[in-house]
Amino acid sequence: MDWLLQQLINGLALGSIYALIALGYTMVYGVLRFINFAHADVLMLGAYAAYFLAPAVSTVFPLPSLTGALIVTLLSVMICTGIGILIEFLAYRPLRQRPRLTVLITAIGVSLLIEFTCQHEAVFGADTKPFPQLLPVHDFNIGGLVIGSNDLVVVVTTLVLLAALWFIVQRTKMGTAMRAVSFNQQAAALMGININRIISFTFGLGSALAAIAGILYALKAPGIDPLMGVQPGLRAFIAAVLGGIGNLPGAALGGLLLGLLETFAGGISGLSNYRDGIAFAILILILLFKPAGLLGKASVEKV
Amino acid sequence: MSQPLLKLDSATIRFGGLTAVSNFSLEVNPCELIGLIGPNGAGKTTAFNMITGVYQPTDGHIHLNGRSIAGVKPHDLTRQGIARTFQNIRLFGSLSVIDNVRAAMQLHCKHGVRASLWRGSRFKSLENEVETCALELLDIFKLGSLRDEEAKSLPYGDQRRLEIVRALATRPKLLLLDEPAAGMNPTEKEELMHLIRFIKDKFQIAVMLVEHDMTVVMGICERIAVLEYGIKIAEGTPQQIQRDPKVIAAYLGTETDKEEPFDA
Amino acid sequence: MSSSLNPSSITGAKRWLIAGVLLAVVVSMFSAQFNRYYLGILVDIGINIILAVSLNLINGHTGQFSLGHAGFMAVGGYTAAKISLVISPMLPPALQPLIFLFALLAGGGLAALAGFGVGVPSLRLRGDYLAIVTLGFGEIIRVVVQNMESVGAASGLKGIPKYTTLGWTFGLAAVTIYFVSALVNSTYGRGFIAVSDDEVAASSMGINPVRYKVTAFVTGAFFAGIAGGLYAHHKQFLSPTGFDFLKSIDIVVMVILGGMGRTAGVVVAAIILTLLPEVLRQFSEYRMIIYSLLIIVLMMARPQGLFTWNRKKGGAPA
Repeated sequence: MDWLLQQLINGLALGSIYALIALGYTMVYGVLRFINFAHADVLMLGAYAAYFLAPAVSTVFPLPSLTGALIVTLLSVMICTGIGILIEFLAYRPLRQRPRLTVLITAIGVSLLIEFTCQHEAVFGADTKPFPQLLPVHDFNIGGLVIGSNDLVVVVTTLVLLAALWFIVQRTKMGTAMRAVSFNQQAAALMGININRIISFTFGLGSALAAIAGILYALKAPGIDPLMGVQPGLRAFIAAVLGGIGNLPGAALGGLLLGLLETFAGGISGLSNYRDGIAFAILILILLFKPAGLLGKASVEKV
Repeated sequence: MSQPLLKLDSATIRFGGLTAVSNFSLEVNPCELIGLIGPNGAGKTTAFNMITGVYQPTDGHIHLNGRSIAGVKPHDLTRQGIARTFQNIRLFGSLSVIDNVRAAMQLHCKHGVRASLWRGSRFKSLENEVETCALELLDIFKLGSLRDEEAKSLPYGDQRRLEIVRALATRPKLLLLDEPAAGMNPTEKEELMHLIRFIKDKFQIAVMLVEHDMTVVMGICERIAVLEYGIKIAEGTPQQIQRDPKVIAAYLGTETDKEEPFDA
Repeated sequence: MSSSLNPSSITGAKRWLIAGVLLAVVVSMFSAQFNRYYLGILVDIGINIILAVSLNLINGHTGQFSLGHAGFMAVGGYTAAKISLVISPMLPPALQPLIFLFALLAGGGLAALAGFGVGVPSLRLRGDYLAIVTLGFGEIIRVVVQNMESVGAASGLKGIPKYTTLGWTFGLAAVTIYFVSALVNSTYGRGFIAVSDDEVAASSMGINPVRYKVTAFVTGAFFAGIAGGLYAHHKQFLSPTGFDFLKSIDIVVMVILGGMGRTAGVVVAAIILTLLPEVLRQFSEYRMIIYSLLIIVLMMARPQGLFTWNRKKGGAPA
């Protein structure tokens, strides 16, 4: 029983990170209908931004501390937001009217470009770097269960961000415009919505989430490297599809499910090596029965 | 006629809360030219989609040659003798004109994968046969000279006619035409009316057409059924329909609907 | 996506195939004269041609989007390698070509079976979802191989006999090109393109989209499996990491660069993209950066492929 609860807590923490990343995939898909493969690399850039910023920030706000961590995160969020908007502007905007396949391949190209550039010696180098302690670590021991403070931070941050995102999308003017663009770009443009601004905003928002997810992921990981985004990115991307791509609650649900699944499978000896395979197998199974994901709506083609 | 070619028996289809077609009963006899009219959104195209197996009726039955078509896939229905055109033209855009027809002819081809790979003399003669046959059909519609044009580059009227040729290439017993005259000028419409009558007689097929242009419908249809809000409000000869008070109400009562220039 | 059928080009096709296979065999006889390095690259080219042309049937002609071609290649490669590793010590060396042929066919067959497994879900999924399922399938295959002790697991399968020659590679490349073009360039084959253009219209014309899609997946996977077998007996070493997502992307890029559904263009693209890394060898640290930039630039400048020509003029891609 304890083991189950412990895995549950670990799974929730991991799933929260996946959910944060998946939200970025799903938001971009919602407005532009393509999978932004470079999202996982923005996550990696977020972690690296924090890595390079941490020593500078610690001269003013000694690390680990809550204030310091917040400032580092805020700065990396700003950097990644800029990068996300820039990627969209340079790589995707010129392809706005092209078939989605073209954009998809471009996205893969952008992702590879970022990964290989960052692996170059003159940039970050391919080696793993230790991630600085941003937050004081404390393990809470509750009746035999160990809850790490980092896990708590992860879950709480995700919940807060989810709520904030829900508010932005459902209750603000910007969010209404996002939903309008997602529904019908041309009609939204005719209604006086500045499509380019909305799409930039969406990319910025998604990249901000990716930066936070990157830092949270790095806190729990042994170190950071230019390919650190690939694995969580892939899982989050599965999560987004699992939940029904384009659907925000679906992405959160998918992320949590996948996190739980991975921790439970990882806890069972023999299965742990198959983790990636299992995640995909479950995705395929679910898509066979629900071709549009768990919460996605199947679209019927008009004949 | 002993047995109708197509028989709709209280066919009903609902999408969520919306009943698109309700209790639609109709019989189509072999070699008959029948019109299906009604204001926009009356459920005419939906009825076509039920008959061709694209949608499954929620209630009721549809029989083709006395056999129920429930659960039969569209491509199998085509094999059984139903062919159609589409309201919003759906040609194989990247194929040439003749290959559009050829693609539809593979249904009755005696040579498939193995012959295509082996490419013996039999394959060659069969391919030539297919080509001759496709050209004959194209020539009826004066499209033969455009055989190597890409289908999507054709002018609108030619695309509509190519769709009819493509449908004919499946050797149907029942041909469903969804607004064949849409976007055509009066001369083209006149020509089209002749052609429809011609192919009906030449190939001995039943034709069912959805059309907004009353000159066309009244001019060639032997019998007309009228749908309004998914319900059949009248059925009869063109003369009967023109005098039917319900039909007049449906059209005149919603005059703005009738001549709406844009069709979804 | 295709040219009009031209009966005279159809009859010539089989002659071209025989010529291609003969040429490959003859050139192969002189292969001892070639520099080993160039020979290796030539074989790589042949294998990539098979991969690209077979993927072109799925992604180009039939309009499905598969991101899992490396997975099929892995199935074929590992199967063929394991078979020849087990069987070849038991039989006299004179039977070596037979063993190889059997191993290749078995690899292709098993890959085709995997292709059937992917083709079936494709009936319900389209576009991005299909791309993800095929990607997932490729990953599942990789993960399974990575954990199979009998094929060396993560450390790889070593000591595979070097059976692959120039003759085998280009002979099979000729067969692949012939097979795919013959299949598509027939009345039957117009169905693939019809399904790709408009599935609803195709099924209304009596074309069974399910059958065509599954045929495309099974055929494409079969030849990818053959390519995997050739690769295994060429490199003499297989590692699961060689069949990852990046390898699938490589093949997809060849198809796009060549122009979807254009066999001749795809062959040229396969050649160029195999040579490119070799040309860039002295800039090896920038190689992958240049490669990814190339993908982006290509998508912006010529998304329809580099080698597209006006087909109305009767230019008939093989």
